Amino acid sequence: MIVTINGAAHEVADGTTVAQAVQTLTSATTGVAVAVNDEVVTRSAWETTALGDSDRVEVLTAVQGG
Amino acid sequence: MDDLIIAGEKFSSRLIMGTGGAPSLEVLDQALAASGTELTTVAMRRLDPGSRGSVLDVLRRRDIKVLPNTAGCFTAGEAVLTARLAREALGTNWVKLEVIADERTLLPDPIETFDAAERLVADGFVVLPYIGDDPALARRLEQAGCAAVMPLGAPIGSGLGIRNPHSIELIVEAASVPVILDAGIGTASDAALAMELGCDAVLLATAVTRAQRPDLMAAAMKGAVAAGRLARQAGRIPRRRYAEASSPTSP
Repeated sequence: MIVTINGAAHEVADGTTVAQAVQTLTSATTGVAVAVNDEVVTRSAWETTALGDSDRVEVLTAVQGG
Repeated sequence: MDDLIIAGEKFSSRLIMGTGGAPSLEVLDQALAASGTELTTVAMRRLDPGSRGSVLDVLRRRDIKVLPNTAGCFTAGEAVLTARLAREALGTNWVKLEVIADERTLLPDPIETFDAAERLVADGFVVLPYIGDDPALARRLEQAGCAAVMPLGAPIGSGLGIRNPHSIELIVEAASVPVILDAGIGTASDAALAMELGCDAVLLATAVTRAQRPDLMAAAMKGAVAAGRLARQAGRIPRRRYAEASSPTSP
């Protein structure tokens, strides 16, 4: 299935979790937050939340600003 | 200087720094140290696997509290999601709410801002909204449960100073939450004026981070905020049309 991670399309296996999607970008687990289809997925649910086809995954962190 | 208290939390510095615009994390680190700030804004963006070093590491080393903003959001919905992501990533329920109306002026959208503020307060956030210099909106946001109000002096990054001191005074007069002058500061006298007008704190970034010597300007802002606060508390003399002799007039 195809999911979008931070705007880029990725072919991933069925059952791919949010945790696995995050790992394509970073090994960090703190200072990072994830939204799937504009809903926050809390850190404690990364391992147990499976992605679906066409899901939009946003992986955010803090940068200089404001 | 007396403490600044926001949502029950005490700060001994009344200068809040933004981290935007610094040419490097090293320059930012030096400027933050010179400013004496204890509260500093960051933005939330897509994680870039190629970036080295994190602004969060700098803030952690300096023991500075992080204040995530919702910069770049144009709607209440975007701002609420960004605030929730920041809470998840940074473990803070504080948010500088910033919902802008357009890219050219970066002026805050009052309607989207108010909508987002109500939703975030209901969701347990400590909300510090960035707004125009509008006394009516400031009052409504305070009534909606915001922990502070942050009127602009002038557009973000413009360095134009405080364009409407009268409106800032009206906001200060009516507010019982802290008023933080946010945006438009160009140099130290602007920061001092904000405090003389009765603001409780000043938030600035560009004026320091894009100065030719950011660490020097940060020190200047620290001094200006402290001086302005003292002058406000001291109570300035009234302005008069003609001279008033300060020496005895009879021999």
